[in-house]
Amino acid sequence: MATMAVMNSRQILLSGLFLWIFAVVGTGFVALTEDSTRDLIAENERQVLLRNLYALLPQEKFDNDIASDTRQLPASALLGTQSESTVYRARLNGEPVAAIFNSIAPNGYSGKIHLLIGIYGDGSLAGVRAVKHSETPGLGDAIEVRKSDWMLSFNDKSLENPNLAKWKVKRDGGEFDQFTGATITPRAVVKAVKNCLLYYQQNADKIFDEHDQQ
Amino acid sequence: MTSNSEITQNGLWTNNVALVQLLGLCPLLAVTSTLVNGIGLGIATMATLVLSNTLISLIRGFVRSEVRLPVFVLIIASVVTIIELVMKAFFYDLFLVLGIFIPLIVTNCAIIGRAEGFASRNPVGASALDGLMMGSGFLLVLAILGGMREIIGFGTLFANADLMFGDAASALTIVLNPDYGGFLLAVLPPGAFFGLAILIVIKNLIDEHKPATKTVTEAIPGSA
Repeated sequence: MATMAVMNSRQILLSGLFLWIFAVVGTGFVALTEDSTRDLIAENERQVLLRNLYALLPQEKFDNDIASDTRQLPASALLGTQSESTVYRARLNGEPVAAIFNSIAPNGYSGKIHLLIGIYGDGSLAGVRAVKHSETPGLGDAIEVRKSDWMLSFNDKSLENPNLAKWKVKRDGGEFDQFTGATITPRAVVKAVKNCLLYYQQNADKIFDEHDQQ
Repeated sequence: MTSNSEITQNGLWTNNVALVQLLGLCPLLAVTSTLVNGIGLGIATMATLVLSNTLISLIRGFVRSEVRLPVFVLIIASVVTIIELVMKAFFYDLFLVLGIFIPLIVTNCAIIGRAEGFASRNPVGASALDGLMMGSGFLLVLAILGGMREIIGFGTLFANADLMFGDAASALTIVLNPDYGGFLLAVLPPGAFFGLAILIVIKNLIDEHKPATKTVTEAIPGSA
């Protein structure tokens, strides 16, 4: 071990070189691993996305590759997005069937709730799923389908069913159940779903429009 | 030189990372809401410890002392990143659960502590064993704490085992009482602190009753 007492320039240079060699070797190993796992990881991410998308839409209703038939939507207050978001488009024999939106409920109990919202061409809901959230375990996390079937209560609902004024949780005079001990989470989700339906109503013609695609 | 049995005893009990050194508490407290989560992070941490201890022991002869710490950090960070990538490639669902805590292994003081305190001055075999035993000690505490919190909090054991061991393992899940409403406090962060405190009390009580080791502890009435 070199002594710390006197450091001449040669020692400083040697130490620097030593550090440099380790940086190169360390980074090299990381790069090598990244290179050999890249395809597997991309495939895993795709599988999870497909699993989420297929959960929203019965597979006999479409025949295209929805994970690839996408479009970028600009940031929108109704979708709760602050940057571009992806919309997935389902078609049967080339005809539009449904669109699946990435939406964010900004006002969950513990921050943002990321939702996937599927809407059929007629404006009714195919389904809603929470894909990422940090709501309280045991209370707010009932928005996960494996914990409770609350999310399924959105199926087939639309802006006419119930009417716009009823798109609230019951405590606020609306139609949707809240959870025992948790109102904020379902309130945030109901509002995000309503806003997403409004977004679809205003932009339906643009979602499947091929011409202004970049 | 430290004998193998001493290293083993140190890692698993006498100098246990979580119960005695109280290192790596951030992931320990955050992840252990279920048994499977605890085991997942425990294995990842153990793998990091074994690899980083081995590598650091290998280079201990020629590492220059004034740059040794940055070199250790570099090695640990590389090892953790590689483990994260491998996990993403082969255990993606588990990664989705543990994801954000894997990079945090880098900041687990236990790892740099063992690098500086043991691996940098002991032969490769002993260092690898030290990593394995320190890692096992940490893994055991994570698993016990996770199991405790899962039983009390959710009334289940081995929930989501399929995330780690494949679909066949979903049969492992034990539902102790289907009507159990759950006890939220055990799952939330305070439950982690209570749980860890109880484990430390139990360890100290056991040590007190062993005449050979003498650990002085303040006697606190156990309340949870």
